[in-house]
Amino acid sequence: MSKVLTIRDLPREERFAPGHRMCQGCGAAILMRHITKAIPKDAIIVHATGCVEVTTTLYPETSWMHPWLHIAFENAAAGASGIEAALKVLKRKGQLPAEKEIKVVAIGGDGGTFDIGIQALSGMLEREHDILYVVYDNEAYMNTGIQRSGATPQWAWTTTTPVGRVWRGEWRPKKDIIGIALAHKVPYVATVNPAYLPDLYMKINKAMSIKGPKLIHAFSPCVPGWRYEPSITITLCKLAVQTGLWVNYEIENGVLNVTTPVPKRKPVREYLKLQGRFRHLTEEEVNAIQKYVDEQVAHINKLVGKEVIGPVET
Amino acid sequence: MGKVVPLSGNSAVAYAVKSADVDVISAYPITPQTTIVEKLAEFIANGELDAEMIHVESEHSALSAAVGAAAAGARVYTASSSQGIALMYEIMFIASSLRLPIVMTIATRALSAPINIWNDHSDFMAVSDTGWIMMMAENNQEAHDDIILAYKIAENPEVLLPVVTALDGYFMTHTTEPINVIEREEALSFAPKRKTWFTLDPDKPVTMGALGDPQWYFEFKKQQYEAMKKSREVIERSIDEFARVFGRRYNAVEFYGDENPEVVLVAMGHVVGNIRAYLNKMRSKNSRVGVLKVKLYRPFPEDLIVRYLEDVEIIGVVDRALIPGSSSPGPLHSEIVTALRKHEVNTKTLSFVTGLGGRPVTHEHIGVMLSKLSELKDKPVSELPREPLFIGVRE
Repeated sequence: MSKVLTIRDLPREERFAPGHRMCQGCGAAILMRHITKAIPKDAIIVHATGCVEVTTTLYPETSWMHPWLHIAFENAAAGASGIEAALKVLKRKGQLPAEKEIKVVAIGGDGGTFDIGIQALSGMLEREHDILYVVYDNEAYMNTGIQRSGATPQWAWTTTTPVGRVWRGEWRPKKDIIGIALAHKVPYVATVNPAYLPDLYMKINKAMSIKGPKLIHAFSPCVPGWRYEPSITITLCKLAVQTGLWVNYEIENGVLNVTTPVPKRKPVREYLKLQGRFRHLTEEEVNAIQKYVDEQVAHINKLVGKEVIGPVET
Repeated sequence: MGKVVPLSGNSAVAYAVKSADVDVISAYPITPQTTIVEKLAEFIANGELDAEMIHVESEHSALSAAVGAAAAGARVYTASSSQGIALMYEIMFIASSLRLPIVMTIATRALSAPINIWNDHSDFMAVSDTGWIMMMAENNQEAHDDIILAYKIAENPEVLLPVVTALDGYFMTHTTEPINVIEREEALSFAPKRKTWFTLDPDKPVTMGALGDPQWYFEFKKQQYEAMKKSREVIERSIDEFARVFGRRYNAVEFYGDENPEVVLVAMGHVVGNIRAYLNKMRSKNSRVGVLKVKLYRPFPEDLIVRYLEDVEIIGVVDRALIPGSSSPGPLHSEIVTALRKHEVNTKTLSFVTGLGGRPVTHEHIGVMLSKLSELKDKPVSELPREPLFIGVRE
């Protein structure tokens, strides 16, 4: 694995075919293009039901140049477990060439991972399968029309947490999927973001070199669900990191490393104001989110042992 | 030929799975099937079987992992019962639609509520519309042999459908019979491991489980229907070959009793054996009765059913499952009536529902059913009961 420093160092070969039906500006489309570059050619992908699955495999067309399997919504981790076990035994029994190394990658959205797929994911992590699981998190059930999931952030409007006289959008904080994975003592977890592709590439590459279950949590803006202009996807991705709302990091064998340090943070308002799903927020509500992010940042700095994410620029 | 050893139904199944040299076993415990998987774990632990066992966290994942493993090209086995089968329901449709030759044993058991761990056919019947080939054994030898037969049928390139092999929970899974064990070499020569289906291969990548919109979905379903239809022929050929090689014949439908019967009970599973024994006991009375065993439930062998029943005066269909609100609350009865009607056969039918939740179907119950049939056989259809008769229930 050569060290990738800039976006120009990423592989040129495309393994995610264009012509799919994902939205303009879709964060997940950028993720899939680069995940498929970062994983080896000899890899099998298992996909949970979701936006990406339905928009990339409309028969008789497919965007996938890797062997690819979709079974159902809640079982990508279980299907991947079966494939990994099969490859192991078929090699051992000489039904597959012993020298051929085939990797297994599972991909699911936040609904298929945080919610309905959490049990299968837990099983996969606990049984120590050699699988990389990537969750692309667009923070709601976007494929079916923006219903809240366990990954929806507090205050966000969705069609099932609408803003009315009584409700102010989602009222519970986002589920801590990385914490859940870490509770399984997995060797590697990381967060990635479409605006930081060399970082994404390096992390996926590293994950593939580590034996055992790995979880990568990917930030995945959704144009129709978050209600923003398709042209600003990358701006939003960057703002999420620059405000400290999203932190790019990895935890390898328990050691935390923040891969995108932010010396000076921008106020969360900068990120929130570009999205229709937060349009209803009052000054107090924005301040509440700022306070929540400040606490998260303090927690991360404490874990790292130094200030990797700085204070809000005033 | 292998050796004859005393084995429980579950052990008999496990020995066959071992002989089939399966690659991946993915299963969840806690049902009457549990000891199959325990035995298989023992085989792997002792180095008698080289397979991966996936200790999944639910039956849903058991079948999902089986789908993944089969898609990767492995010979795959799983087993379940009752609530576990209900939990697998979603993935059963997907396994058959992806045309993966998985073999699964159902150790038949009642469905909750009330929670009941004992035997009936509620689980088996509840999944009879999921596109799997389904067969049910009458005794432990048959349950053993069905596994080898199932891989032969499932992996046939003209079929490529998953197969359920069922045996009655407890009445069979936990009772011991002498079993003529099929050894590995014999099993693999009868059902050789061949790559007959599309697999996930990086050198020849395919997309499996694509989205089929209204332009395509219907065509997929029609192909699946054709494969199921075609499987009947393959099943018949496989039964013939099995009989030639192993000397034991399991027809899709089997009749036992008087050569020219006027009264016939139709049944599935271990109860068929009880009825055979009852008929043997009563043979001296010289009555024209018999029992028709339905082994193959999907594809339903309607042609054979009709052939056996067309000249019979009256039949009683013994159902060990109940579908409240159905025009025929006994599912087997429903199938038989449809088959007879389709072929314009006017044999009278009665529906018996019995033995739910582990209540044994005794000779006394069989006697009640047969006398009811004799009593009604000369009545016009208009005077026959339209509701099922519940045998052995407290009113």
